[in-house]
Amino acid sequence: MALKVRFVNFKMRCSFIRHETNINVDFPNKSYKRGFSTKYSIDQSESTFKKVLIANRGEIACRIIQTAKRMGIKTVAVYSVDDSQAKHVKLADEKIFIGLSSAMDSYLNIEKILNAVRETGADALHPGYGFLSENFDLVKQLESEGVTFIGPSAEAIFRMGDKLESKRTALAAGVNVIPGFDGIVTEVDHCLDIARNLGYPVMIKASAGGGGKGMRIARNDQDVREGFLLSTQEAASSFGDTRMLVEKFIENPRHIEIQVLGDKHGNIIHLNERECSIQRRNQKVIEEAPSFFLDKETRAAMGEQSVALCKQLQYSSAGTVEFLVDQEKHFYFLEMNTRLQVEHAVTECITGVDLVHQMFRVAKGYELNISQEDVQINGWAIETRIYAEDPYNKNFGLPSCGRIYKYQEPLGVRCDSGVEEGSKVSVYYDSLICKLVCHDNNRENVIEKSIKALDTYIIRGIEHNIPLLRDVLSRKSFREGCITTNYLPLAYPEGFKGLTLEERDRHKLVAVAAVLFAANELKSRDFINIPESGIRGKAPREKWHLFIRFDEEKLDVEVALEDNGQFRIELVENVFSIEKNEIKLSEAIMELTVNGERNIFQLLSRNSNGEFMIIYKANKYILNVLPKKVSNYLKLMPKKMQHQQQNEICAPMSGVVKSVFCSVGESVQEGQELLILESMKMQNFIIAQSSGKVQSVEVSVGNSVKYRDLLIKFE
Amino acid sequence: MLLRILNVRQYFFRSIKTTTHSIKTYEKIKEKRNEALLGGGKEKIDNQHKKGKLTARERINVLCDDDTFVEYDMFVQHTCIDFGMDKKKFSGDSVVTGHGLINGRPAYVFSQDATVFGGSLSRAHANKIIKIMDQAISVGAPVIGLNDSGGARIQEGVDSLAGYAEIFQRNVLASGVIPQISLIMGPCAGGAVYSPAITDFTFMVDHTSCLFVTGVDVIKSVTNEDVTSEQLGGSKVHTEISGVAHKSFENDIQALLNLREFLTFLPQNNMCSVPLRSCEDPWDREVPFLETMIPPISSAAYDMLNVILALVDDRDFFEIMPKYAQNIIVGFARMNGRTVGIVANQPKVAAGCLDINASVKAARFVRFCDAFNISLITLVDVPGFLPGVHQEHNGTIRHGAKLLFAYAEATVPKLTVITRKAYGGAYITSSSKHLRGDVNYAWPSAEVAVMGAKSAASVLYKGKSSEEAYILEEEYREKFANPFPVAQKGYVDDIIEAKSTRWRLCRDLDLLANKQLKNPPKKHGNIPL
Repeated sequence: MALKVRFVNFKMRCSFIRHETNINVDFPNKSYKRGFSTKYSIDQSESTFKKVLIANRGEIACRIIQTAKRMGIKTVAVYSVDDSQAKHVKLADEKIFIGLSSAMDSYLNIEKILNAVRETGADALHPGYGFLSENFDLVKQLESEGVTFIGPSAEAIFRMGDKLESKRTALAAGVNVIPGFDGIVTEVDHCLDIARNLGYPVMIKASAGGGGKGMRIARNDQDVREGFLLSTQEAASSFGDTRMLVEKFIENPRHIEIQVLGDKHGNIIHLNERECSIQRRNQKVIEEAPSFFLDKETRAAMGEQSVALCKQLQYSSAGTVEFLVDQEKHFYFLEMNTRLQVEHAVTECITGVDLVHQMFRVAKGYELNISQEDVQINGWAIETRIYAEDPYNKNFGLPSCGRIYKYQEPLGVRCDSGVEEGSKVSVYYDSLICKLVCHDNNRENVIEKSIKALDTYIIRGIEHNIPLLRDVLSRKSFREGCITTNYLPLAYPEGFKGLTLEERDRHKLVAVAAVLFAANELKSRDFINIPESGIRGKAPREKWHLFIRFDEEKLDVEVALEDNGQFRIELVENVFSIEKNEIKLSEAIMELTVNGERNIFQLLSRNSNGEFMIIYKANKYILNVLPKKVSNYLKLMPKKMQHQQQNEICAPMSGVVKSVFCSVGESVQEGQELLILESMKMQNFIIAQSSGKVQSVEVSVGNSVKYRDLLIKFE
Repeated sequence: MLLRILNVRQYFFRSIKTTTHSIKTYEKIKEKRNEALLGGGKEKIDNQHKKGKLTARERINVLCDDDTFVEYDMFVQHTCIDFGMDKKKFSGDSVVTGHGLINGRPAYVFSQDATVFGGSLSRAHANKIIKIMDQAISVGAPVIGLNDSGGARIQEGVDSLAGYAEIFQRNVLASGVIPQISLIMGPCAGGAVYSPAITDFTFMVDHTSCLFVTGVDVIKSVTNEDVTSEQLGGSKVHTEISGVAHKSFENDIQALLNLREFLTFLPQNNMCSVPLRSCEDPWDREVPFLETMIPPISSAAYDMLNVILALVDDRDFFEIMPKYAQNIIVGFARMNGRTVGIVANQPKVAAGCLDINASVKAARFVRFCDAFNISLITLVDVPGFLPGVHQEHNGTIRHGAKLLFAYAEATVPKLTVITRKAYGGAYITSSSKHLRGDVNYAWPSAEVAVMGAKSAASVLYKGKSSEEAYILEEEYREKFANPFPVAQKGYVDDIIEAKSTRWRLCRDLDLLANKQLKNPPKKHGNIPL
């Protein structure tokens, strides 16, 4: 038995954590590199399901498949057209095609999922998160077919799915809720009364709402009158449900949630908290466990209330109770998610529990094999969500789709990813590529570990938000734990503009570009089969006098290759030296020792015009390197022809046209919304850049368009 | 005694005379050299700069490695005496010639000097070019022409024409012996255009260069068409519509820097092997990216350029004619450090069909590679020749035959990868086994057939009901829409996993490096021009 367990542990390590065989980055505290402790290893003698169908895609499908495989459960993946070559499909034992790329035709289509279950004879279904994970119709239908749903009961899903119902249940269980009116508000005057009683500010929101829709903050009577009307209208058009709620608005809250786990025998435990305050557009981007903010007492109180709520619900399986926590550490119940959360991995790191494994166990009817006392906090874990999106804007992310031509995850850390080299990032689904989860003994170390991991992450072919993630992690306020749900807009009031390097770092980067140029020059005349020409120039060969442009800065740089194999770079008053042997023009990552300091650079591209694109500190910089003799002529070159005034609008990203607001012949004003393009579940307004008259609209509702496709022409 | 004194005096005087003479000569040499360096003079140089162009010497300075240019014929002057030309002479006349190193390898360069008589071609000018061309042929080094000339030196009459003709003759003799490259950096009009037209590659600079046989004024007077010289023969016209030029660049500097880079791909001459550079990009790496390249829907397009970039060393691909006949991609890259020529159908444009322009573009490229021992890699995804009245009436048969001829004649190593479709005559043409392809691979997505399933069914079962035709179509698809039929006959050597393509090709290229194959002795073939 002991032997068996050890073998399993070994396998577990292999499947989840990539060994540091090829160490190019040193991570301290190697014992934290693993996601799980050995404490709750899988007992292979426990009988389990024969075959599980995973009604999901992307990273979570891969994550579930991995645990299922370790438990000896056969796995079935479902896929749409766009996912036919996806990673989760390759990992699964069986795969079933379920339809067109649009989620409505595939992953959200209950009938198709049920057919796939019948076809494969799966005796369990894991829904992952999103899609059908909180759909009690599916749970009921599965029940009637005798297939186990890996999750809570239909009733628990139903009761927590409705805002009003969930609040009532929470109150009944003695959970702190945000003060507010318990019931439906239908009249403006009624709403005003309630608001005055609660005290401003208040929040007016649709009972059926989500994702910020149908939500208004009111700070005075006037706001209430307007907000109530607008929210009601929005709720009517978005959800077809005008039931409204009014509650106190919590200023600058933190978003802290408690992971719970229950079985079908009435045992409930909580697995401590996760802090998920760093969000954009109500979507989390960085999560950590434990929270910097909570003390022991608050944690215990939040845990107890969460357990009480679950007891009230007779909850089984994994779930998350979300709280808002104000600056005085008062916490208020927000909602409960009756599924596995995206950010479950940080909890797994600090507690050593494989949540997916436990979900399978309790669904099979086993009692929890962990007691509340077993649950400890071991070190600190941070998850950074890597999305396929361009972070340089006020939204902190606009979808970017395409195919990844080079992909390499950092070593020695946990990466829950749904992509690999060659994967397609489709417009139809969420743009999450990978969850980078780092674990170490304390917060400071885990932040450092995460930054190093982000620096060595290679993703080519699509835009991604690593620059933003790295910047947040290296901010003083983040390191000091001063975070609220408004963190991003407050830290970057003008939107994320990328990292502005300090002068010394700028010059270091210039020195690196100069050396890359020199190395490329040497390579260009290094022919194996052609002897060096007898005729030689008079000038010394291994010296370059360069002129480098970097944004507005123009620098004269001298590079010389010295006898000891070091490049010596002189610029302004700085001298740098870089080892020639460390320069590898073909490798995606270069670790260079610049004046004794080790730095990570990624050479994205170079071209014959002297343009070098280099990633440094996770940000992309463009430097133009020319020999000095050539740069002298630059001023003689004609100015680049100015592009004519834009008289057409092209698609800024691939997507599907959802609505068109303008018609041929219409005069539009600058800033007017012209159409909505939906991409990766996000609606994006296409806005007129200047006033003009519409000559033609090239697309209509339902069309799918590609990046740079012509949308609207102006006269 | 007196006599003796006289003699001494005479000797003395004579010495002084010769000394002053030689001093004078030295000075004159210096003066003439400086004169030559200034070309047409300060004012003309400023004028050239105002047009956004560099001078002939500045261009050479950018093109060649530091301090390696060796100039010939700096003192040559024109010989014209009519129209008062005997009083207007410039050292070196209107062209700078010589040789220099480009990335360490020698090349001959002539750079026409627009500051002297507008760079017009005199007998002396032509002689200077002829001299370096003759030497380049005998030495076996490339010739690079930087063209910036108003045309013939009209004052010299037939002498100028003779000059052109003799240059063309050398262009033709050098063709296939040494690489010849023309970079058009100003006007190039009239008879002068035939030299770039004969050379292997013609590059242009945007907005400042133009190429045409008859100028705008002549066109206006003959056909009454109003046109600017840029509209008539600018870089956009020749790189996108006519196919006369192979690539264009934003300005002089970018053009010259790119030319430097381009030359690193080329061998020095037809007798030496292709350049082999040390390669840091692992030759034996697998490329998983290629596994998901072919879309699941067989009619869906994908970008073949991504396949090329994923296959070659360092994603470094120098594309030739990127804007002309975009349904086929041709260009140079390296595999494990060795230069290769790549020809690939582009399914993104016109479904990758071969048409007149694509055939001619690829045929010329294939012949260049064959002439200079550059191995060919052909990536095939072609549904056939483009059907249409316009194509047939314009001689698609004759032009398609050029590509077939070029491939069939080529004796360099020929590697072929069928990524998806290879239908009909286009299959044969695309470096097939039957045209002496050395190694032919098929990806699992390959389908080789006489034509697509639908067309095949409609021919085979004419007059059948649509349901029956549909079933038969499916049957045809079942039979041929996979790589087995062609692999069973041995027409491809293997069906390979897409991700293994790079290391297989690198290995095969090494194996074939010493391939020996000779066509029967003949004066020359008769390609269907």
